[in-house]
Amino acid sequence: MIANHLPAIIPLIFLTSALLIPLLGIWKKSFVYPVAILSVLSATCLSVYGFIYVLSYGTINYYFGGWAPPIGIEYVYDPLSSFVAMVINIVSLFVLIHAYRIVPSDLQGRETAYYSVVMLLLTGLNGMIITGDLFNLYVFIEISSLSGYALIAVGEKRAPFAAFRYLIIGTIGASFYLLGIGYLYFMSGTLNMNDLAEILPLINDSPTVLVSLILIIVGLGIKMAIFPMHGWLPDSYTYAPTTSSSLIAPIGTKVAAYALMRLLFFVFGVEFFSIELPVADMIAVFACAGIIFGSVMAMAQKEMKRMLAYSSIAQIGYIGLGIGLANPFGFVGAVLHLLNHAFMKACLFLVAGNLRVKAGHSNITLMDDTFRKKYPWTMAAFTVAALSMVGLPPLAGFFSKWYLALGTIENSRWIYLAVILISSLLNAVYFFRILEKVYMKSTAEDKAGEQTLKIKKDEVIPSMLIPVIVLATGLIVLGILNVVIVDQIYKMMPAGF
Amino acid sequence: MFEFIAGHYDYWFIIVLLIIGLYGMIMKKNLVKKLIGMTIFQASIILFYISGSIKADATVPIITGKINNGDPSAYINPLPHALMLTAIVVGVATVGVAFAILVLIYKKYQTLDETELIERMK
Repeated sequence: MIANHLPAIIPLIFLTSALLIPLLGIWKKSFVYPVAILSVLSATCLSVYGFIYVLSYGTINYYFGGWAPPIGIEYVYDPLSSFVAMVINIVSLFVLIHAYRIVPSDLQGRETAYYSVVMLLLTGLNGMIITGDLFNLYVFIEISSLSGYALIAVGEKRAPFAAFRYLIIGTIGASFYLLGIGYLYFMSGTLNMNDLAEILPLINDSPTVLVSLILIIVGLGIKMAIFPMHGWLPDSYTYAPTTSSSLIAPIGTKVAAYALMRLLFFVFGVEFFSIELPVADMIAVFACAGIIFGSVMAMAQKEMKRMLAYSSIAQIGYIGLGIGLANPFGFVGAVLHLLNHAFMKACLFLVAGNLRVKAGHSNITLMDDTFRKKYPWTMAAFTVAALSMVGLPPLAGFFSKWYLALGTIENSRWIYLAVILISSLLNAVYFFRILEKVYMKSTAEDKAGEQTLKIKKDEVIPSMLIPVIVLATGLIVLGILNVVIVDQIYKMMPAGF
Repeated sequence: MFEFIAGHYDYWFIIVLLIIGLYGMIMKKNLVKKLIGMTIFQASIILFYISGSIKADATVPIITGKINNGDPSAYINPLPHALMLTAIVVGVATVGVAFAILVLIYKKYQTLDETELIERMK
């Protein structure tokens, strides 16, 4: 019964609580957090149930107001969209559990508005995933982006300027996307994705369709921060409060990547963007440039959050590379990396937040071996996530890189294979820099003698520690279960792949 | 050639508007002027949709049997206009958020000039 309405219920839960939270906040502030966490929890449960339901009974199509697709707006809950919805809801659940203490201390007295905007962000992201209508997608892109700007602007002193830059660049991206679907609409007369996928083969020799494809790729590319369009990302992630950056970094750019995948693979079709036009090659080239650029820039950073921001640019490059390869292995690699990277980046950004709370900074140059004694569990979680980013075999990060590497071999793109291998090395360099400072004996200890042994454990409170540990354990579990997950991802592929 | 330019003159104006908007966003140093550039950019896309759905001698899409005898070719497609109403609302919301952020920036740095702002951030 409930399953048929699932596609509409998930965004509606967030929208309702986004409106409910300010009203409750006027009455009693202590109700705000429980409402927020309850709505995320129920959306998570529903999306897990939805994923299992879709796998066993097939796609759910929801028609708004009962109007059939070409006229009405359709929400599609197929294996791919239900999978991505499940991933982002689970990650945001952990981030919100972590937010319990850190949001009141980061934003004194402004929690009500903050949680309301967080709910709006999740409305937008879930809507972007589930919708099957091009213009609806634009509206949800704008909902998630606008709340993203607000979430970033409440951070440190420099945050508003970073948010303003993001706003200008992000609006250009969304406008390009809108222009692109305008071209498509005037050519085909439809905005429904499934309908368009059927009409496009008849008209895809027209230059208008070509221009619209380019505009859509540029527009969504800005939102997902693929290499030449990443300018807004480092500042926004660095200066945003912990909860904002750990919400937006793992899932914000991923959802834009998902939207690009949805449009390229399911609407335009693999043949059109990889064989008839060399667009896929261009995406792969830019993605490779982004992988190298992001990794090299990450090595040069002294601030942990800024380093993670640059590493995000590199990791988005992996997803872009998977899209650009346009073969089944590349698709599996991209979807798997979407899942793995969401868990890894959430874990790493939460660790950076924990260090900022306890040590007062997350500056890499100031880290020393006292960290491993003061924060044993936080640093252990960091180590697992860092090793996963590097791509050590039992951990999740290895397997997505493995499938991407298989994809490059299948297309005989040896340069891309070299890029994947080199970037793993570069990842190792910038993460081992921290691990070396924390776990190897430092010179400071030699001077201080036995004094360092007396350092007491000073771990963060459980509400901030448990999500980090669960996410780190999740990386091991995802790595071990990767065969099961990949089997499901094969079911998500577009027909005729 | 002349027909290509003259026949699409409304699109040429839209392209000029688009470029003015981009120029404002990229080249202007004052943040408010950047924002004005952004609204011009959005307006040009709204105009693109409107001019794309223009039809000469057509009327409102209400089928009564009395206007145009219900002949479908004499009606305008209302969908682009409805879409653009939504896009205008989105644009207004964007400008609202942008002004709120500008107020925050001004409170913290007492300036809205980009070069001066970067100077004061150091």
